Amino acid sequence: MADAHAHALEHPTSTGIDSRKLAIWTFIGSECLFFTSLISTYLVYKGKSLVGPLPHTTSQCMLHGKLEECEQIFQIPLVTFGTAVLLFSSFFVVMALNGAQTGNRKRLIGWLSATVIGGLFFIGMQVYEFYHFVHKGLGYTTNLFGSSFYTLTGFHGSHVTLGVIWLSTVLILAIRGKLPPEKALNLELAALYWHFVDVVWIVIFPVVYLMR
Amino acid sequence: MEHAATPAGGHAHPTAGTYVKIAIILFALTALEVGGYEVARSGEHAGLASIVAPTIVPILIVLSAAKFALVAMFYMHLKQDGPLLSGIFVFPIIIAVAIALALIALFAVVHIMVQRGAH
Repeated sequence: MADAHAHALEHPTSTGIDSRKLAIWTFIGSECLFFTSLISTYLVYKGKSLVGPLPHTTSQCMLHGKLEECEQIFQIPLVTFGTAVLLFSSFFVVMALNGAQTGNRKRLIGWLSATVIGGLFFIGMQVYEFYHFVHKGLGYTTNLFGSSFYTLTGFHGSHVTLGVIWLSTVLILAIRGKLPPEKALNLELAALYWHFVDVVWIVIFPVVYLMR
Repeated sequence: MEHAATPAGGHAHPTAGTYVKIAIILFALTALEVGGYEVARSGEHAGLASIVAPTIVPILIVLSAAKFALVAMFYMHLKQDGPLLSGIFVFPIIIAVAIALALIALFAVVHIMVQRGAH
């Protein structure tokens, strides 16, 4: 225990917590404020769009310069599957961390690869969803729903993309054998960021997609 | 819960078995969320829909809060890592929720005033 503690703390700190870990948690705390402001903006504009397309109901919308009837645009089964993949990727990364901490390299590389693949799938799902929405006539400036939806989910998607890049760099380190148990904190920091991206989606998914 | 590897900070993290249990619970809660949404939306199973439809928003908030707490406590290890990190995470969330509620209340009041002005 004392050895592990000595490995974890490369220099003494007044809190007894590694400075990098304290920094990532402070960053996550500030990110909570950022995403809550975006979710609040989505909520205050919810149901105030004057033209379609709308998320849950058919509506009148301008398509090719003509006023037409538009269907609801959300595809709940696809997003539910993406949500499940993102949730499971959080599980994958803790299994990878467990492998890193116990020196099980096979477990570390296998689960970390699965995490990166899960993240890539989620990004792909979101790109497909945006493409589908634009095809159905929902641009960024079409209505209040479009502006607030693309801003909220777009910022989340960019965070997922950053998370995938970060985890991929850690995966490369692991494959090269440069992530021994005493350096498992490098993965733990990336994993904390990844879990934060996951908990933000845990809030966004019901607020945006399931509450009508 | 049982604990395994001792990581950075010196506090033991949960075992792989605990992580699997949490994953199953998270999956079940997500299935409940989507199931509740589908029952409320489709109107099938009239008896169940009449109970779920009016309460779907509080149900979704409770399920989402439970999932949030499980990930934060077990996957982000706040349960093991001590009160300082929990404070750094929870305090901004309290401020954020207060700001969100204030913003929603403000816009609701403005909406009511605009509607009164229009009549």
